[in-house]
Amino acid sequence: MKASAFAYARATSVVNALELLEAHGDRAKVLSGGQSLMPAMNLRLISPELIVDIGEIAELRGISVSRDVLAIGALTRHADLLKSPEIAAHAPLLTEAIAHVAHPAIRNRGTIGGSLAHADPASELPACMVALNATVVIRGQRGERRIAAEAFFTGIYETVLSARELVVGVELPVARKSAAHFFHEFCRRHGDYAITGLAAQAIVESGVFMDLRMAFFAVGDRPVLAKVAARLLNLPMTPAILADASAALADELNPYEDQQASAAMRRHLAKVLLARSTSALLGRPDLGNGGSV
Amino acid sequence: MPISLHVNGERVDANVLPRLNLADFLREHLQLTGTHIGCEHGVCGACTVRVDGEIVRSCLMLAVQTDGASVQTIEGLSDSGEVADLQAAFRDRNALQCGFCTPGMLMAAHDLLTQQAEPDRERIREHLSGNYCRCTGYQAIVDAIETTARGRTRSRP
Repeated sequence: MKASAFAYARATSVVNALELLEAHGDRAKVLSGGQSLMPAMNLRLISPELIVDIGEIAELRGISVSRDVLAIGALTRHADLLKSPEIAAHAPLLTEAIAHVAHPAIRNRGTIGGSLAHADPASELPACMVALNATVVIRGQRGERRIAAEAFFTGIYETVLSARELVVGVELPVARKSAAHFFHEFCRRHGDYAITGLAAQAIVESGVFMDLRMAFFAVGDRPVLAKVAARLLNLPMTPAILADASAALADELNPYEDQQASAAMRRHLAKVLLARSTSALLGRPDLGNGGSV
Repeated sequence: MPISLHVNGERVDANVLPRLNLADFLREHLQLTGTHIGCEHGVCGACTVRVDGEIVRSCLMLAVQTDGASVQTIEGLSDSGEVADLQAAFRDRNALQCGFCTPGMLMAAHDLLTQQAEPDRERIREHLSGNYCRCTGYQAIVDAIETTARGRTRSRP
């Protein structure tokens, strides 16, 4: 189908975009890369009265590193993240994950800010932001808010963002030398939405997890930072500990059912990912089946 | 809204409604019907075109967003001879039947070959993962792209 009629404004700056959003509130929609907004409009799932195109706001694009913070502008495209040496060096989890975000033609347009604001629970970037302990930077006419990624997502396609605010970027802590990461998603076809996925970032010292953040996606209404990871910290890993954690993970998750998979299948796949990630992050091939799944 | 852009090297000035997407603009306003419209929500890849050198879904871009841009469609790529070898390989390997997906396939395949001289079959499949073909089963398409890649590598000095 075709999108229904709307008015169009090309914002010239963040200030200008915020003026437009303030004036039009939830009758307006922000157009960033358009790779989720346009399908929704073409399918007439949404029919905004005004599109505020922020695509030309140069100040929102780019990647920079200062001391221990990696800052990514909201309009930075997936293709730019994939190619960026800064991202590869300081947030390698992201480089790996981006290759799974849709397809090349979509990665050329889609932006990180758009993906986060859209907040699809099956998409990769929100989970990565949670795993990497990112801060989402939001601007409104009354000033700037900085929200931990974990608190930013509030439900299916829902975030703390109001209709009068804009995501202007994210800030990530630069990965430490002892950091290790894991990313995997199960899907029918490369680039499709995940049936179940996991983005994880760990600090491993002498074969022991000192820190572990596991963000599961497509298993709930938002990325799920697994509490069960705490059970794996500061101890030599054994198959028994992993099996306990695996059982606890199944209790912790409350996955949805859709045409792709049942809740039980999603639980099962999450347990598989828990075992595989623990095995990979610790370099312990013996644990690969360790969740006794 | 007034827009001004380059399409296949020629300057185009037009007045369009904001809701008009690039695919419809190319087909309905410029009669460049090689760009096909399948799903209209970014899934099938039939509408793939190049905007400022990068492949994009023309159904997911508004015509007004291309103001000042340079757009290349399958007509441009085909007329310039840029993809002649790829087209010949598609014919030789029966990599098309109904042909509906072919313009998008050629766009995506050519994009891959300009980035990577000799991709393996896995890489080819990955790059084409956003383009649906309901006739061939993809095997012949991957064959054709592989053959073209080898041919291009051989012909380089």
